Amino acid sequence: MKARNLYDKLWDSHVVREEKDGTALLYIDRHLVHEVTSPQAFEGLRLAGRKPWRTGSVLAVADHNVPTTGREGGIRDAVSRLQVETLDSNCEDYGILEFRMNDLRQGIVHVVGPEQGATLPGMTVVCGDSHTSTHGAFAALAFGIGTSEVEHVLATQCLLGKKSKSMRIAVEGELGRGVTAKDIALYVIGRIGTAGGTGYAIEFSGSAVSALSMEGRMTLCNMAIEAGARAGMVAVDEKTIEYLRGRPFSPQGELWESACSYWRTLTSDAGAHFDAMVAIDAAEIRPQVTWGTSPEMVVAIDGAVPDPKNFSDPVKRQGMERALVYMGLSPNQKIEEIAVDKIFIGSCTNSRIEDLRAAANVVKGRHVAKNIRLAMVVPGSGLVKRQAEKEGLDRVFQEAGFEWREPGCSMCLAMNDDRLSPGERCASTSNRNFEGRQGQGGRTHLVSPELAAAAAIAGHFVDPGRLP
Amino acid sequence: MKPFGYLDGLVVPLDRPNVDTDAIIPKQFLKSIRRSGFGPNLFDEWRYLDHGEPGMDNSKRKPNPDFVLNAPRYRGAQILLARENFGCGSSREHAPWALEDYGFRAIIAPSFADIFYNNCFKNGLLPIVLDAKIVDRLFAETFGNEGYRLAIDLQKQVVVMPSGERIGFEVDAFRKHCLIEGLDDIGLTLVHGDEIRAFEDRYRGAQPWLFIGNEK
Repeated sequence: MKARNLYDKLWDSHVVREEKDGTALLYIDRHLVHEVTSPQAFEGLRLAGRKPWRTGSVLAVADHNVPTTGREGGIRDAVSRLQVETLDSNCEDYGILEFRMNDLRQGIVHVVGPEQGATLPGMTVVCGDSHTSTHGAFAALAFGIGTSEVEHVLATQCLLGKKSKSMRIAVEGELGRGVTAKDIALYVIGRIGTAGGTGYAIEFSGSAVSALSMEGRMTLCNMAIEAGARAGMVAVDEKTIEYLRGRPFSPQGELWESACSYWRTLTSDAGAHFDAMVAIDAAEIRPQVTWGTSPEMVVAIDGAVPDPKNFSDPVKRQGMERALVYMGLSPNQKIEEIAVDKIFIGSCTNSRIEDLRAAANVVKGRHVAKNIRLAMVVPGSGLVKRQAEKEGLDRVFQEAGFEWREPGCSMCLAMNDDRLSPGERCASTSNRNFEGRQGQGGRTHLVSPELAAAAAIAGHFVDPGRLP
Repeated sequence: MKPFGYLDGLVVPLDRPNVDTDAIIPKQFLKSIRRSGFGPNLFDEWRYLDHGEPGMDNSKRKPNPDFVLNAPRYRGAQILLARENFGCGSSREHAPWALEDYGFRAIIAPSFADIFYNNCFKNGLLPIVLDAKIVDRLFAETFGNEGYRLAIDLQKQVVVMPSGERIGFEVDAFRKHCLIEGLDDIGLTLVHGDEIRAFEDRYRGAQPWLFIGNEK
């Protein structure tokens, strides 16, 4: 049999039917739903008199709009509240399992899925959210969809589409001290660009990826979409299996054994073809900081803001110039000299227990700098929060001057009250530094949890190893 | 969905790469539970000088005179001319909803982000990929000629310039068919309901663990 890559295997096993032109009907195993991209889909379903095909495949949680403080009083913003209540009533009407706002299991949908074992190897996982690529860390084919497709999956358990091209990004070697999965992600995007993965499904491989924890792999796959790829994935290994053992939705007993033996086949065969290959030497990667308004505008912590004059392509140069104006930065400014106003540790990229441990490790015994207006930690889920509190991380953060919040998307996209004011500069562990993303006029620098924590202490970007 | 066949429309040039869906429709407007009404807030942060929130009377807000959509010569444009990687970022379908609600029927760019591209077809909006050099030329012509229009014939897959020059473009045959007919693809998929059920049964036998958990 022809050697197949992981994406081929995942795709092939879900094709219900295929037209001559390659348009396939793809079966969907897991449908994650949140409040922002689903109300119109449920409405469409209702108007057409249709019912969800398989409610058991759906797991819903409100994350984008939920407040991260004062939840006992409910959601104050009436528009946000209506959206969350609409999710509640849709789930109730159709018998869909939902973790409501005050459920301990509530959190960011891309943290909750894996944490519950609702994301399993070999699955197709979709959600009306581009960061669904996160779940590919479990050798699942996971990708974001629009609301029309949310409705389509609800009604038919399938999606229509054509197979993407495949790309392997192999990161070989050992990562340097203080270099994280986030830095790999940003470095890759810096290398291939935010459209470098457009039209591809990316498999991340190589010894540096194998060495990552499941949390790290989720961070990496999460940002595949920032490289333009709808799906990112990592092959199954023993870490994948150990992570899933005993989770609420994971199979048990005999089923667990047969699942594991199937899951172990979910790797790319030796000699499998990829449409594109990128090789990266792990030793080249330094901790990364974005300087502009696109994740590809990124340099190493010990670097400087680039000078648009050195770029010949006029579209690119103008884009850089516009970004510098928006960001209030000058060419050749040293990254370590950029002072920040706010610190955000959270988001589906970096709000898992390992991220909080890493940040707490930097913060421990120190205090946030005087110029920092707000430093906040937003755990990815209620369960992450509880675990962190068990380990005393909440005290470490609070003693250092951080705020310790309730789980949700929060200031990653600022749909709730957590946001930047115009001109404010933020060291953020989130995934997008677009204009206005964290609040109109806000200036976002994407970094790892370690770098965000270090920036909080120093008041400006700094390599954590150089903190006094 | 509105069918798309032939369009002769005014072109507006949005001359910046990597226009993301946060820029197309900022997050505060995603709180709506409706599918329509996003047009007045399309490109909100670029289009107005003040900060927009849902429920505001947009006609009373101060438009940004420097933003291209506000230039009187582009009023009523139906074709958006854009740069590479248009629609990157979030999967929000509110982006094509806002473009469509504003009055756009087609977007021409050297490249689009995947999810956005896909979402357009579900909303009667035609994204057209043309070579970057041709897009450069179209930008120059649009800037240079007030009232610059293009004709788009989806059936023949051509963009026709005022000179009569025809530029071919690629479009997936199935998507083209759905767009021309204005078809709801859920209905089309449900035609194969028996096949889906048969697949599901086989699949349940092979990987029963996928059907546990919250399965009722």
